[in-house]
Formats: sequence, C-alpha cells, structure tokens
Amino acid sequence: MTFISSELMIMAAFLVALMFIGLIRAVLGPTDPDRIVALDTINTLSVVTLVVLGMAFEEIIYIDVAAVYAMLAFVSTIYVSKYLEDRE
Amino acid sequence: MIWLIYIMLGIGLAFNILGVLALHRFPDIYTRLHGATKCTTFGSIFIYLAIILYGFLMYFSAEGQYLGLSLHTFFVMVMILITNPTGAHAIARAAHRSGIMPKKAVVEELREDSK
Repeated sequence: MTFISSELMIMAAFLVALMFIGLIRAVLGPTDPDRIVALDTINTLSVVTLVVLGMAFEEIIYIDVAAVYAMLAFVSTIYVSKYLEDRE
Repeated sequence: MIWLIYIMLGIGLAFNILGVLALHRFPDIYTRLHGATKCTTFGSIFIYLAIILYGFLMYFSAEGQYLGLSLHTFFVMVMILITNPTGAHAIARAAHRSGIMPKKAVVEELREDSK
C-alpha cells in the first residue's frame, strides 16, 4: 500500500456513487440513444475506477484489465449504434 | 510535489461530477451526449495524468516497480483519447439517422440537404 492509497480509495468510492447516479438516466431516458449515452458514461467511469484501484493496491494487472475493457466498451458502443441507425 | 497530484485528482473528480450532472439537466439527446462525453473524457485524462506523475515520483525516490504502472496507464490514456470521441460520433449519427429532432428546432437543414 502506498502512502496515498486511502485518498485513492475514497476517490474510487466517489466514482462508484457517480456510476449509480448515471444509471438513473439509463432507466429513465425516453429514447434509445439516451440509454446508450448513459452506458458509455458508466463504461468510462468504470475504466477510471479500475486504474485508480490498481494504483491503490500496487498491482499492474488491474490496469491491463482496464485497457481491455476500454476497447470492449468502444466496440460494443459502435455495434449497438450501427444497429440503432436504421430503426423506425 | 504531492500537492500537484492532489490538485489534479480534485480537478478530475470535479469534471466527472459535472459530466454526470449533464446527463440529468439537459433537455435533449444531442446536448446530453455533448456534455457527458466531453466532461468525463477530460476528467478521466486528468486522473490518468495524476497517476502517471505519481508513478514517476515514486520511481525516482523509492523502489522501481512503479515505472510499469506509469507506462500501462499511459497506454490506457491513449486508448480513451482515441475511442471516446469516435463512439460519441457513432451515437450522434445513429440518433440523427433514426429521426430524432433537437428539442426546439423548427428547420433542420442537414436533413433537407441529404435527401
């Protein structure tokens, strides 16, 4: 544990609370792209949480998981947007 | 130099809070997309920069395992910098093609021009 790790864990708790607030828009949003924007925001916030926790616990493996998850989130956003393009 | 890391973490958290707040207060899909994507990407890049700086600081004053952390975080930062704007463009294109109008728009010239 580094000497900054308690502040980093408090920051990770704040980011998880922000993720829950962003989940409200994913439930409410009247149109479909509203839900995709909320899920993209939750993806970006979870990548940041993974990197911050990786630095708090001094493990490199969390940051590798964050890189792969960022790529997966990008690919899934592109695919769902192409599917929604030609509806109604 | 630890105060610089605290300041950058604070700025990153503040912009992330503003980005999530933009999802609730804006009236329309296009404005929500603009506010949320820009603010969360900017705040996340500040947090990555703070962690890279902290890794370099610990590397020069203590043991040497933090250099790998800094380089891996730099790679994640480049990934987010490339993929977030492309994803936002894809969402906006999908919203425009499926016929969603901006909230108070009366005349939309892109749709008239692309027919």
